Amino acid sequence: MFRNKSGEFSWVDFTIDVLRVLIVLAVVVGAWNTLSSGRISLAQWVNLLAAGLSQGSIYALIALGYTLVYGILLMINFAHGEVFMAGAFTTFFFAEALNRTGFLNEQPLLAILLMILFAGLVSMTVAVLVERIAYRPLRGSPRLVPLITAIGASFFLQYAFRGLYGSSFKAYPQVRALQGAVQIGDISIPVAQIFVFCSALVLMIGLHWLVERTRIGKAMRAVSENKEVARLMGIDIDWVILFTFGVGGFLAGSAGVINGLFRPQGVNFYMGFIPGIKAFTAAVLGGIGNIPGAMLGGLFLGVIEAIGPNLVLAGLGIPGANQLKDVIAFTMLVLVLIFRPQGILGERLSETKA
Amino acid sequence: MIRTGLISLILALMLGWAAPVGAHSACEDPLGCVELGADDPIVIGAMLVVSGANSALGLDAQGGVELAIEARGGMLLEREIEMVVEDSLCSAEGGQAAAQRLAADPSIIGIIGTSCSSAAQGALPIVNAAGMLMIAPSNTSPSLTNEDTASGGVYLPGYFRTSPNDLIRSAKAAEYAIKVLGVASLATVHDGDTYTEGATRVMAERFAELGGDVVFSGAVNKGDTDMTAILTEIAASGPDIVYFPLFEPESNFFGAQMATTPGLEDAVMMTAAASFVESFPENTGDAAIGIYMSGPLVGGDAYEAFLTTWLDEFGESPPSGYHAHAYDAANILLDAIEASAVASDDGDLTIGRSALRDAVHAVEDYPGLTGALTCYDESPYAGDCGSVTAMAIFHITEAEVYDGNWPPPAVWNFATDSFEDA
Repeated sequence: MFRNKSGEFSWVDFTIDVLRVLIVLAVVVGAWNTLSSGRISLAQWVNLLAAGLSQGSIYALIALGYTLVYGILLMINFAHGEVFMAGAFTTFFFAEALNRTGFLNEQPLLAILLMILFAGLVSMTVAVLVERIAYRPLRGSPRLVPLITAIGASFFLQYAFRGLYGSSFKAYPQVRALQGAVQIGDISIPVAQIFVFCSALVLMIGLHWLVERTRIGKAMRAVSENKEVARLMGIDIDWVILFTFGVGGFLAGSAGVINGLFRPQGVNFYMGFIPGIKAFTAAVLGGIGNIPGAMLGGLFLGVIEAIGPNLVLAGLGIPGANQLKDVIAFTMLVLVLIFRPQGILGERLSETKA
Repeated sequence: MIRTGLISLILALMLGWAAPVGAHSACEDPLGCVELGADDPIVIGAMLVVSGANSALGLDAQGGVELAIEARGGMLLEREIEMVVEDSLCSAEGGQAAAQRLAADPSIIGIIGTSCSSAAQGALPIVNAAGMLMIAPSNTSPSLTNEDTASGGVYLPGYFRTSPNDLIRSAKAAEYAIKVLGVASLATVHDGDTYTEGATRVMAERFAELGGDVVFSGAVNKGDTDMTAILTEIAASGPDIVYFPLFEPESNFFGAQMATTPGLEDAVMMTAAASFVESFPENTGDAAIGIYMSGPLVGGDAYEAFLTTWLDEFGESPPSGYHAHAYDAANILLDAIEASAVASDDGDLTIGRSALRDAVHAVEDYPGLTGALTCYDESPYAGDCGSVTAMAIFHITEAEVYDGNWPPPAVWNFATDSFEDA
């Protein structure tokens, strides 16, 4: 213990180990205090968990876009949060129209499906355009260059959409079928949250099928493994990369609609920034480049955010614990980077990249 | 050596060039003067939130100022009135930036603004240092008119407002909750903003004074969308009423999620003027039905006539509740300019900046749209000119959520209803 590879005492290892013990201690003490005080009932914990899973599944859907692109291009597409916003914001107007005609409440399932498709297509278009215009010309340049371009693209998209739709806040119409809650004993879980979780799950299964079972999925995996060899095998790399951006975009757009059903308020041009950063955190948490990792990371982050403040921080007597939700999320990121830089499930990289 | 000499020479020349202007002027005001040539317009500034989520508040006030100018035919002292609008957003940084731009313009005589208390906090030191004055139409934070820095006061000379101080408004909301709604326990939620923080503090203090039990005081972050964690905590403390004077969109998220939080289904929801905008009920959805809001209420014949002019001019009803306060603020400023301006024989005008402040301080029983306005200069009401009766408690109904009705019906009018009758 506390020794580096050559067997000498290492202050870095020592500090990290002490930190590790302190964190575990804080979590245990905080959780113990909260649970033994009985301040929050079981039904309330289940509610927090359900809300966390719903929020987490939205993070997961966005995180998949980061991870897919990273897996293939080794770049962080920081404009991905805006791709999410593009779908969610544009579909608001579509949803309003569906609501005005009454279709949304007469055929809720069909209407939501249409909204998801619509948002997916909008976001896909935006993602593909960003790749084509902002990233492809820079392919092969140093890795910092596309990163800066991505940040630029992110600002461009935000202000382009502000120009298009204005800067005021909008709210998705309410879907009657998703209101109310499922009652199991004392526990009541809102229908909307169950719906959000299930639809995210369906999309994730769909993605898994696409990547593992189809021809294009195989091509994606091949390009991710080694671009040059894949090219020699006759794979059109540009097309595969464009397709990957498209798939990531579609997932982000559908996450936008699902988010609108879960938290209808606050639709505006800036709405993609925080979820984008959180989803990036989720992707790193799960192991960037790793598809199941992004899903798991998203769900994990959502749950930690929902339960962490009340379970750990409130138990430690920290005032205003719920305000520290974001602190928990980003502390998780720092901790993962310190203790397990490859993420929960590990980065899935080919040898040439690692 | 030669270079130093040269620089000194240039500096001396510049000073020499600048000095005669001051010497030439008739200004004896300690804060300096605005000097207007025979053809110069009267320029007033406005720092309002005219973009972003809270733009309804700023555009509402801007309309009020425009109508006040129009009511004088666009002229004052036989000169045209010009308004320079700067977007002060709804943040301290926004207020600071807007104030800096206006303070850099020596032709600006006085300023209407800001919309939000946080922006005023950023703007006030700059406005004060420039010797200017600002009259805010919708700031309500108690700290802005409080001189005592130890208790969080940030008042500086040059600050005035026509909106009611939260020391009065949130205290009245607390009285309403206890005496009329008959609730016994309170939870408050702010977002760290000067205004929301002040409103919840005053509400909690008054509530406790009246024998109520404050069971929870907490805060959310601006930008939060998920309120589950704090709502669970609130539910665990079991309040009868939750007071959340937040801005949009946090107030929308909070209201909508509170309605579905187990344990809070029967709690009364009360919010305040920051969300007193027509988009609030629609954005919050079904959950908004039944929410109480304390906000400005203006009535009377003069106000009805003002509304008719507004409709003729802008084609739709005012988007928020502070247009009349802005109208009064503009009139107080324009009257003060008229009172303090000194004309010379050759048609020039000199307006002393401290004389202008004095003229606003001297306002007493001014017959404004919002009531009889008197400007106080004693902390914690230093610079407060707002009428204390132009307020009400509103109750949101289905008509506001589904049919776009605005404003909601007032269930308690502080000008006419009295707690003795309750």
